[in-house]
Amino acid sequence: MRIKLEKRREPSMLMLVATPVASVLVTMLIGIVVFDLIGIKGFRAVVDIFLSPLLASYKWQDVAVKAAPLVIIALGLAVGNRAQVWNIGAEGQYVIGALCAAGVAIGFGTIGGPVVVVLMVAAGILGGAAWAAIPAWLRTRFSVNEILSSLMLTYVALQVLSYLVGGPWKDPNGRNFPASAPLGDGQTLPVLFAGSTVHLGVAVAIVLPFVFWYLMKRSVFGFQVRVVGSAPNAARHGGFDGKQTIWLALIISGGMAGLAGSMEFAGVLHKIDLGFPSGYGFTAIIVSFLGRLNPIGCLIAGIVLAVTYVGGQMAQTTVHIPNSTAGIFQAMMLFFILASDILVRYRIRLVPSAPQLVAGE
Amino acid sequence: MTSLSPMEESLSPRLELSGITKRFPGVLANDHVSFSVLPGEIHALLGENGAGKSTLVKMIYGIMQPDSGEIRWNGERIIVVNPKAARKLGIGMVFQHFSLFEAMTVLENIALGMDAKIPARDLEARIVAVMSQYGLMLEPHRIVSTLSVGERQRIEIVRALLLNPNLLIMDEPTSVLTPQEVEQLFVVLRQLAKEGCSILYISHKLHEIKALCDTATILRGGKLVDTCDPSVETSRSMAEKMIGGNLKDIQRGAGRTFGEQKLVVKALNVPKDGPFGTALKGIGFSVKAGEIFGIAGVAGNGQNALLLALSGEVSAHDHHAITVGGAEVGHMSAKARRMMGMATVPEERNGHAAVPDFSLSDNAILTGRDRLGMVRGGMIDAAAAWTYAGEVIEAFAVKATGPGAFAESLSGGNLQKYIMGREIMQKPDVLVVSQPTWGVDAGAAAAIHQALVDLAAQGSAIVVISQDLDELLSLCDTLAVINEGRLSPSMKVADARIEEIGLLMGGIHGEGAAHAH
Repeated sequence: MRIKLEKRREPSMLMLVATPVASVLVTMLIGIVVFDLIGIKGFRAVVDIFLSPLLASYKWQDVAVKAAPLVIIALGLAVGNRAQVWNIGAEGQYVIGALCAAGVAIGFGTIGGPVVVVLMVAAGILGGAAWAAIPAWLRTRFSVNEILSSLMLTYVALQVLSYLVGGPWKDPNGRNFPASAPLGDGQTLPVLFAGSTVHLGVAVAIVLPFVFWYLMKRSVFGFQVRVVGSAPNAARHGGFDGKQTIWLALIISGGMAGLAGSMEFAGVLHKIDLGFPSGYGFTAIIVSFLGRLNPIGCLIAGIVLAVTYVGGQMAQTTVHIPNSTAGIFQAMMLFFILASDILVRYRIRLVPSAPQLVAGE
Repeated sequence: MTSLSPMEESLSPRLELSGITKRFPGVLANDHVSFSVLPGEIHALLGENGAGKSTLVKMIYGIMQPDSGEIRWNGERIIVVNPKAARKLGIGMVFQHFSLFEAMTVLENIALGMDAKIPARDLEARIVAVMSQYGLMLEPHRIVSTLSVGERQRIEIVRALLLNPNLLIMDEPTSVLTPQEVEQLFVVLRQLAKEGCSILYISHKLHEIKALCDTATILRGGKLVDTCDPSVETSRSMAEKMIGGNLKDIQRGAGRTFGEQKLVVKALNVPKDGPFGTALKGIGFSVKAGEIFGIAGVAGNGQNALLLALSGEVSAHDHHAITVGGAEVGHMSAKARRMMGMATVPEERNGHAAVPDFSLSDNAILTGRDRLGMVRGGMIDAAAAWTYAGEVIEAFAVKATGPGAFAESLSGGNLQKYIMGREIMQKPDVLVVSQPTWGVDAGAAAAIHQALVDLAAQGSAIVVISQDLDELLSLCDTLAVINEGRLSPSMKVADARIEEIGLLMGGIHGEGAAHAH
């Protein structure tokens, strides 16, 4: 017998939904086996990473706060990925977005209020979009691969961050630590439930997927993105400009990353230090693929990945494994989702092997 | 190989198929096909696209295995496991699409295709010997990218002949040749047959089969419908067996008159888009309302570049180069030109004219959204697109499950009917189509031809770019030939001579001859 891949007549809707779920389950299974082999209680670790945050209600707010930036960044990346524009530099755009929001806050000094907060968030969106516009310009003007340029700009963004918080924006009352001064009272995002850490950004992260879903499904722009990604020549034939699509895809994904960065700053951390870049921009790439580039899928996948973040922290204390274990699980999920992608368009069939003789010779 | 005496040869078939059956998911490609090919016989395998010809020869050549049935070679039952085994038996095949490396020489390409390692000098001597024996003129050290399509085919034929085949399979060999090149090919094939080599000749061009073949096996829907002698059949009778019904003639209104000029192209220049692309040089022609203008030519002479330049996918930069209904559109985008009344249908259906993994309804949005008012405030009116797609399906008898069917789930002919319908029902002033019936079954081709004639009768100007000269001669009022990016002067089809068109297709321009003396 040999294994044969056979093209399906139409993409399988079942596989479209089943493969992300299976990817998570297989990741858990492999996790149990591998951890047991290296002498750690695998089952306990997997339960802690994937289930405990959901079972313990006091962890829900942590999951929500961690999911918000993941979902928002992934929404933007999903738009770009649909159009086959690969923005790998969301982390940098996230950092620049937060810095722009911080710049506005510092500019207003002690003045606060809703107007200032809105301006901070708007500056974050613009900053992220501008940072992503650089790869767009390089790609459309000089055909520079946006994967490389956007990724490299992330490291430039980190240098900008360390310069600003270590120099001009260093908190004068901060005992010389490289960090910006904490935001004033009127400059932070409002909290949704008194006494919790759930800020307005969480609500934004719940609403935006539905807005994106509607726009991608019904707008000419959404149609354009889907055509460019699926059949670039047909897009050109239909009168859609390829360069315009690259610009829009990068600006939207950069803007969303900037939005996430500004809200993380104004809603959670309230100051920026060297620890601000937490890898959300990279993890969101996994979220967008696990969510099948579908906005609602990104919402669900963002929650799953947030669970692993929170669960990873819990497993540190319960089974004494490093926090970065969660990263291994996240990477495994991405591998499985990409590997199983082929099942959407192909089916696996076992066929008898061909006879190996030639008669008549 | 076993060598048979002439006496035995005349009795026993070289190749004998019995009950060959091959099933693919959802389709029975070959259904108990049985026939035999005698030594020295030129045997036609005739059928529409999708009749199962290619599947059948792929099994003879070892690319696929039959599900049931047997293949006999010189009387012995064989299983051809792969093409290498087929070549070892003495079966050669020349494919419709060549597998050549553009940047390598003729010699290198042939050497790469050989199963046995032969020193370059010996190989060259053998190639030259085969070429002189059959009058196949080729320079072994030429780079393939500089060769014409006809010359490239000769490489493939030489490659097959080097193996001294007893059976040569030719898959649609003339679809890319000029009439003169076709004649040269036939001379070679007749000589081969005289020497005892059997030839299995796949085609749907009936006059060629009448001119060349001793026997014709006709396939329809995977089944063998008839084996006949082409010399006693008429082209029409064979065509009717092939499509299994009566052939419809194109209905034209009598005494057609043309209106004002709708499309004028003047001194259109487009640089080539890559090392192996074709530049357009000083293209000029005009088409009147109600006129069908044909552009003939061998593939790869700038047809694609011309379609892209007319559709606006590649801008001409020069305002005056193209006018539609008196308005200059040379600088306009594809979208703007479409709003000016210019519709186009490119040659490639999947991925250019249509998005394969989109529904027919979404594919209607692709080119119809602005002309048909499917967009309001940046949002798409999906219901309007759905209705329009349904109307196209209905009016053009497209076999599909409905507007929600994926484009890639349709057969080539049905998708082409849908694409043509999508453009025609937008009532364009000018319609430019490339290869409108390429890979389309005869029934669908007739429907498409009729739709083009009807659109012209309503006062639209139509340009048909095609490699199928028969199609152009039966459909068009006026004709020009494209060769190496240059367009010949226009001629009335009624006055045109085939020899002259053939010479133009081969690159002998009137002006070139004038310069020569």
